[in-house]
Amino acid sequence: MKLSNRFTLFAAALSCAALLQVGGAATAWDKKLKGDEKTLHALNRLGFGPRPGDLEAVKKLGLDKWIDRQLNPSAIPETAALTERLEPLDSVRLSMSDMTAKYPPQQLIRAFANAKGRSNSPANNMTGEQRKNLEQLAERYRTQREKKDSGAAAPKPPRPDLRGVLTPQQARTLLRGTPEEKAKLFASLTPDQRQKLIAAAPPGMRGMKDAPPELRREVMAKTAPQLLVTTDLIENKLYRAIYSERQLEEVLVDFWFNHFNVYLNKGPVRHLTTSYERDAIRPHVLGKFKDMVLATAQHPAMLYYLDNWQSVDPAALQNMQRRARRAGLKIPNRARGLNENYGRELLELHTLGVDGGYSQQDVIEVARCFTGWTIATVLNDPKFQFIDRVHDKGEKTVLGQKIASGGGQEDALRVIDIVSSHPSTAKFVSRKLAQRFVADEPPQALLDRMAATFLKTNGDLREVMRTMIASREFFSDAAYRAKMKSPFEMVVSAARAIDADVDSALALSRAIDELGQPLYRKEEPTGYYNTAEEWVSTAGLLARMNFSLSLAQGKLNGVKIDEAKLAAADPQAAARALLHTEPSASTRATLEKGLEGKPPTPALMAGLVLGSPEFQRR
Amino acid sequence: MNTRRLFLRHSALAMAGFGTAPLWMQRALHAASTPSRKKILVSIFQRGAADGLNIIVPFAERGYYDARPTIAVPEPGKPEGALDLNGRFGLHPALAPLKKLYDDKQLAIVTATGSPDPTRSHFDAQDYMESGTPGRKSTRDGWLNRALRAEPQASPVRAVSIGPRLPRSLRGPNAAVALNAVADFRVQEESAGMALESMYTASRDTQLSGAGKETFEALKLLESLRKQNYSPANGARYPQGRLGPSLMQIAQLIKAGVGLEVAFADMGGWDHHTNEMAQLPNMLREFGGALAAFAQDMGDRMADIVLVTMSEFGRTVHENGNRGTDHGHANSMFVIGGPVAGGAIHGTWPGLNRDQLYEGRDLAITTDFRDVLSELATSHLGVANAAALFPGFQPASKPLGLLHA
Repeated sequence: MKLSNRFTLFAAALSCAALLQVGGAATAWDKKLKGDEKTLHALNRLGFGPRPGDLEAVKKLGLDKWIDRQLNPSAIPETAALTERLEPLDSVRLSMSDMTAKYPPQQLIRAFANAKGRSNSPANNMTGEQRKNLEQLAERYRTQREKKDSGAAAPKPPRPDLRGVLTPQQARTLLRGTPEEKAKLFASLTPDQRQKLIAAAPPGMRGMKDAPPELRREVMAKTAPQLLVTTDLIENKLYRAIYSERQLEEVLVDFWFNHFNVYLNKGPVRHLTTSYERDAIRPHVLGKFKDMVLATAQHPAMLYYLDNWQSVDPAALQNMQRRARRAGLKIPNRARGLNENYGRELLELHTLGVDGGYSQQDVIEVARCFTGWTIATVLNDPKFQFIDRVHDKGEKTVLGQKIASGGGQEDALRVIDIVSSHPSTAKFVSRKLAQRFVADEPPQALLDRMAATFLKTNGDLREVMRTMIASREFFSDAAYRAKMKSPFEMVVSAARAIDADVDSALALSRAIDELGQPLYRKEEPTGYYNTAEEWVSTAGLLARMNFSLSLAQGKLNGVKIDEAKLAAADPQAAARALLHTEPSASTRATLEKGLEGKPPTPALMAGLVLGSPEFQRR
Repeated sequence: MNTRRLFLRHSALAMAGFGTAPLWMQRALHAASTPSRKKILVSIFQRGAADGLNIIVPFAERGYYDARPTIAVPEPGKPEGALDLNGRFGLHPALAPLKKLYDDKQLAIVTATGSPDPTRSHFDAQDYMESGTPGRKSTRDGWLNRALRAEPQASPVRAVSIGPRLPRSLRGPNAAVALNAVADFRVQEESAGMALESMYTASRDTQLSGAGKETFEALKLLESLRKQNYSPANGARYPQGRLGPSLMQIAQLIKAGVGLEVAFADMGGWDHHTNEMAQLPNMLREFGGALAAFAQDMGDRMADIVLVTMSEFGRTVHENGNRGTDHGHANSMFVIGGPVAGGAIHGTWPGLNRDQLYEGRDLAITTDFRDVLSELATSHLGVANAAALFPGFQPASKPLGLLHA
C-alpha cells in the first residue's frame, strides 16, 4: 500500500489508540499473568532478566518466597561468581579519605605538584609509601605539563617510551600485535621488565589496554589513579548487576542513584561517587525515603555537584570579612553568598516534583536553610561539615511552614522533614517507581495506592515496593513486556541471558555508552528518563544490534562466551533459551530462513536473538 | 507525559501496512533524481541555560557592571573586553570567529528572547522550547518535526540529529534519524543486517518496527557516504568536543545531497552556578569555533542554510554568591546563514534597572522564541501553516526581519 499521507495516518492512529485506551485499558490491567509468564515477568522487572536456570530456580523456591527474599536482600548469600570478581576492586571498599590517600585525585596531584617543597602541602595524612606515590604522580604531572608548555608535538595519545624496557620486536607487539600475541608478551615479562613497563606507561594507557587485569591495575595506580577509581566503580556496578543474586537491590541502586543523580566528571566528584553510591544510596533503597534524602544532602558528592558547599549567608560573610580584616587575616574569596542550585533540585527533582506546588521564593528559603552545609576538606579528607557562622540565621518560610530565626543545622533538617513527608513527594516518588517497574504510563489507581502507603508508613520504600508488587497491575497483561530496556538493562540482561563470563567489564561499559546511557556521566541533575522514547532511535537500535552480534560471537574484550552452551541446532530452541518465551513469527521465520540461505552459526544465531525486537523489551 | 507518541506514529505505519514496500528505494531514487539544493534549517540547543548576558554583552548598561562585580565582560577596548557590535552590545571575546560572520552580514542576533513560561526548571523549560508549546506538557511532537511537510517521497534522512538519542525537537510523525557518526552508521555484518532488517520490519512491535524501518532505510541511503573520508572545504577546522564534530556530520550530509531538510545538534554544560568565568570562555571558543567552521566549510551552500541557536532560559542578571549565576529568564539567539539579514541586533532591549527586570531579578522577554522560529520556518523552509507549527501561539504582527526579503 502506498503511503499517501503519513500525517493523516498519524492523526487517525491517535484517535484509534485513544479509543483502545478507553475501551481496552480496564481489561488489560485486569488480566492476570500466569505460570511461567509471571515468573519471567518478575525476573525481568525486579531483576535484570534471567540467567540460564533462573526461571527453574525461582519456580522451585516459589515466586512469592523469591520476591520476599528480594525485598530483604541482606539475607541472600552472594555467589562466588560475584565475590571473586569484586575482590580485586579494592577502591570500592575504601573510605573517601583512604581513597584519596591511596589513589590521589587529579586535583590533589596538581595541588601537590604546585606546592612543591612547602610544608603545608595537602597530603599530610598519608603513609610514607602513599606519599612517595603522590610525589611520583606529581613528578609525572610536572613533566607532562612542561612538555605541553614547551609545545613539543606529542602524539595523541602519547606512545610509551619503551627503549631499554622491551626489545624492538616486543614493543611492536605491544603497540600493534593481535590480542593473542599481546597475551603471550605480557606472560613472558620478567619482574624487572614489568616494573619498567609500568614506569614507562603513558597517560591514556596506550598499548596497555589489553594487559591482564592485575597489570593494568598496577599501571593505572601508578599513572592514572583517577582512571582506576572510575574503572572500579563501573566494573563494580556491572558485576553486581550481572552476577548478584540480590537483583532487586541492584535494580534499585541504579534507580535511586539516577534519581539523586551526580555527575562523575565534575571535578572531585569522581573520587566521591564511589562512597556516594555505597554510603548514601545503597543502604536506603529499601529503607526510609527521608534517610536517603538526608544522606544525599550531606554527602560531599552532592554538596559539590549541586554547589551547596559554597552557599553561604551573604550578610554573615560580610561580618566575618570585616572582623578578619581588623585582625589582619584573609578569608578565602570563594564563597560569597547564596547559591540556589541544590535548593531548587531538592524540590524539583528529589522530592516534590516540578508540579509539586512550590514557588521561586520556596527555592530561595530552602537555599537559606541549607547555608553552612558544606564539605570539610574537599581535597584530602572530604566529609560533611556544618559551619554555623556562615548560616543564615533569619526566619524562613518553607512551603508555608515557619522556621524560626536563630536556628543552625536543624533548619535544613526541618526542611528535609517537610519535603520528605509531603503528599506531592509521595505522588512523585510513586509515579517514578511505577514508571520504572510497571509501565511508561502507569494507571492512576496504582499510583494512588502506592502514594497512600508512602504517607501511611512515613516513606518506607520497602512497603511502597510491596504495595506495587502485590497490585493486580504489576502482574498484568498490560504490563507484560511493556517496558523498553534502558541501555544498561539491555547490556546486562544480554550478558546474563547468554551466561557471559566477564573478566573485564569495560567493553560492556563502552557498549552502554554507545547505546546512549554513559554510566555515572549524566551531566544534568535530572538523571536519565525512564520511558521508551528516550531509548528508541535509529542510532540506539543500530548500537543494540551491533552490541548483540559482538557479544554473542565473543568479540568483546574480556567477555567470554561458551559456544558449547549455545550449540542449539534448532533456531527456535535458541530463541527460546534466550527469550524464555516463544519467538514471534517474524523472528522465527528469519532464524529459520538463515543468512543468505545458509544456517547461521550458533553464536550468530544467538546474536540475532539478542538483537531482535523481542529482546529489547522486559 | 508524551510516552505514547512513537507507538502511535508507528501504529500509523502498521495500519497503513506498507511494511513490505521497499520504501527506501523509492526515497533513495527520489533523493537522487531531485535537485538536492533543498532549503535547510539547523537547530542548535545549548543545554543548561547559557548566560546570554555574558555572551551578548550589554556593555553600555551601567546596571550590567553593577550586578556583576566579578564576572562581567569588560567594555570593548579594555583587556579581555567585549567585541563591539553596535556601540551598545558586544560579543564575548572568545566568540571572535562569530564577529567575522557578523561583519560579513551572515549573523543576526536576537536579544531578550525566550519562552514566556515562568519555569526555572531546566527540564521543563527545555521540553517547552523543544515541543514549541510553553506551559503545555501534553504536546506529543517537537517543533522541528512539525516544520517538515508530510511527504510520501521524502528522503529517509530529511531530518537528522547527531547523538545516540532522538531529541524532543525532532520527535513526531515524520521520520527522523539519530546518528552518532555517518562513518559508523551500519550493522557490522551485512548478512546479519539483512536478517535483523526482516525481523524488525515484520515485527508486530509497532514502536520497534517503525524505528527499525527508519534505521534500515537511512542505512541504505548512507551506505556510499559511509566509506568516504570527509574533509572540510575552504580550510575549515572544526574544534574538538561535541558541537564541532556534530556540525561536521551535518555538513557532510548536506554536501552529499541526501535530501536533508532539518538537522539538530546540541551542546551541554552551560549551567554555571559557580566560577563562571573559568568555564564560559572555553565553552564559547568551542561553540563559536564550531559555528564559524560550519559556515566556512559550507561556503556558497550557506545560501540555502539557516542555523539558529537557543537555550532553555537565561541566567540571573546579578551574579550569585559563588561567581556564578542562577536560573533566570530571557536569553539571546543567534541566526546564521546566507539568507540572513545579518550584521544586526534584533529585539527590544528591556533594560537592566530593577524595575525593568522580570520578577525583580531576570532579564525580561520582549521577543517570544516562537516568533524567531516561525519566521525562519515560514520564510526559509516555506512552512505554510505557522499556526500549526506552534499551536496556540499568535505570532507578532510584524516580523523581526531576520531574513532577506
